[in-house]
Amino acid sequence: MSTTPDTLIQVRGLVNQFGTQRVHDGLDLDVRRGEILGVVGGSGTGKSVLMRSIVGLRPPDGGSVKVFGQQLDALDDRARRAIERRFGVLFQDGALFSSLTVGENVEVPLREYHPELDARQRDLIADLKVGLAGLPESAGDKFPSQLSGGMRKRAALARSLALDPDILFLDEPTAGLDPIGAAAFDRLIRTLRDALGLTVFLITHDLDTLYSICDRVAVLAERKVLVCAPLPEVEAFDHPWIRDYFHGPRGRAAQAATASQAVPDRQGTDR
Amino acid sequence: MDQAPAFQIETTPSGDIARLRGAWTLPGFARLQPALDGHRQIATVRRIDLGDIERLDSAGALLVARVLKRNGLDLDALEKASDEQRALIAATRATLDQQVAHARPKHWTDLFERAGHATAVLVDQVRRMLGFIGLVAVRFPSVMVQPARWRLTSIVSHVEQTGVDALPIVALLSFMVGAVITFLGATVLQEFGASVFAVELVSFSFLREFGVLLTAILLAGRTASAFTAQIGAMKAREEIDALRTLGMDPVDILVLPRLLALLVVLPLLTCVAMAAGIIGGLVICATSLDISSAMFLARLQDTFEFRHFLVGVIKAPVFALVIGIVGCLQGFEVGGSAESVGRHTTTSVVQAIFLVIMLDAVFALVFQTLGI
Repeated sequence: MSTTPDTLIQVRGLVNQFGTQRVHDGLDLDVRRGEILGVVGGSGTGKSVLMRSIVGLRPPDGGSVKVFGQQLDALDDRARRAIERRFGVLFQDGALFSSLTVGENVEVPLREYHPELDARQRDLIADLKVGLAGLPESAGDKFPSQLSGGMRKRAALARSLALDPDILFLDEPTAGLDPIGAAAFDRLIRTLRDALGLTVFLITHDLDTLYSICDRVAVLAERKVLVCAPLPEVEAFDHPWIRDYFHGPRGRAAQAATASQAVPDRQGTDR
Repeated sequence: MDQAPAFQIETTPSGDIARLRGAWTLPGFARLQPALDGHRQIATVRRIDLGDIERLDSAGALLVARVLKRNGLDLDALEKASDEQRALIAATRATLDQQVAHARPKHWTDLFERAGHATAVLVDQVRRMLGFIGLVAVRFPSVMVQPARWRLTSIVSHVEQTGVDALPIVALLSFMVGAVITFLGATVLQEFGASVFAVELVSFSFLREFGVLLTAILLAGRTASAFTAQIGAMKAREEIDALRTLGMDPVDILVLPRLLALLVVLPLLTCVAMAAGIIGGLVICATSLDISSAMFLARLQDTFEFRHFLVGVIKAPVFALVIGIVGCLQGFEVGGSAESVGRHTTTSVVQAIFLVIMLDAVFALVFQTLGI
């Protein structure tokens, strides 16, 4: 097996196409244990499609995706489900079950995979996840439609954490949040990564998120990963899209903001 | 394979110490939680030794953090914990500290609360329906006097969807019901040697009642639900609010064309249903009973009274308004979610059918009293 133990996800030569339109053509990507990998790219470069290919929602048209050293589509249903249980996925709009309260949403996977838990024990665990996701406890009894956009994201995060996943997939978690809420969400993800030992695959358009929490950044363009490296290297990479993205007015602002914050921030998180 | 999780509490001079071992993860939670909470020495634990723990996830951390919280201990009470375990337990403990008393558990007296709530909802629904009828009643004449604001395209499109497209099913259904009624009637009447009265039975019942009732019930299922789903989906995606901000009245744009279309369509479909039902009777008479088509038609002509037709068709516009108003109102009641669209669609069909049948009964009573 070519996968080193520290590479949780290994994508090789991935091909995805819709009709005649190729979204990915020979895409390679590694995700390492414990890192927060930011995935960026213009609209339509197939960031969400890449995520769906990795978690097995979309069978790739070519190439291989190995997760925990195993190829998902080569496994039987049982083994596959055991692996899928180690994923936590936060969809773009949360995808909470609208007929269930937030607490019940978190309990869905617990009920399914751990029938031995009684109602009170499930409540205990669900309350913990709701709290870990930064929601007030009263939110657990509310329906998704009664929550604001930011709270719904947190509720969806709580559900994706229900089974203590090894890998968390986040599809534009801060899209549609106000800057303060987005910054708080970024901090939350970093805190959870440190506390729960998560590996995070994070699709984003948000430059502030990239600068404040991502360990490495993968840039999708021209149907493959152009570069996947720590931010300074990515910024220095010579490609028109990357130049526009990181050195446009927004990129410079985000850069400046992180530079001025960098010192106190580091002390808070690195042990 | 992970070792089964377990713990033991030992008494030492510096206070009791809980020694944990094995995999403290979610699969063991169901067994560990009562064992730990119910242990007689749990309240005196002063230190927790994590040295022999193989794996710890948030469920295991929750158990440890609960002991810490209950005994008023802080993280210093943890021994031989790795940095990761310490961080996880710290985050869990911090979350527990934010939690206040747990929500009240369910109780049988909640039944009264729910009954009261349901009553209040019912009263509120009636009030909203009356309000909506009032709103439509105000908008309707003001639009009617200005033909330029009739939105003909929209009306024609709804006439097609609710009328033309429903034509085959209305005709087929009425035909079959007409056949069944004739057959039933003839069977009973034959005993008295009066099977020819089956002709009156089917014409009478279809002209006065079944033609309009069958059509209205079908449209209540088919059209009221469609109206609710269409308007509800727009409501859920804030399209209704968008209309308002553009200075357009949703009632004018969405409700009136639908109501007008139904007002046109339902009486016409009622006539079709009457004809189809009577033809159903004719076919049964000609094939299974000894009443030829010529005889059937002659008898029909002899006994036909125009007032029966009027009694039937006069109800059609009323039912059209009921179906249209219920369907549209339920659409506007939809909340933000897709699930809400489904719930209100069901409500709209149930309410529309209920109101149609109830009004039909009221009409029957009134006509009988008037002797029409």
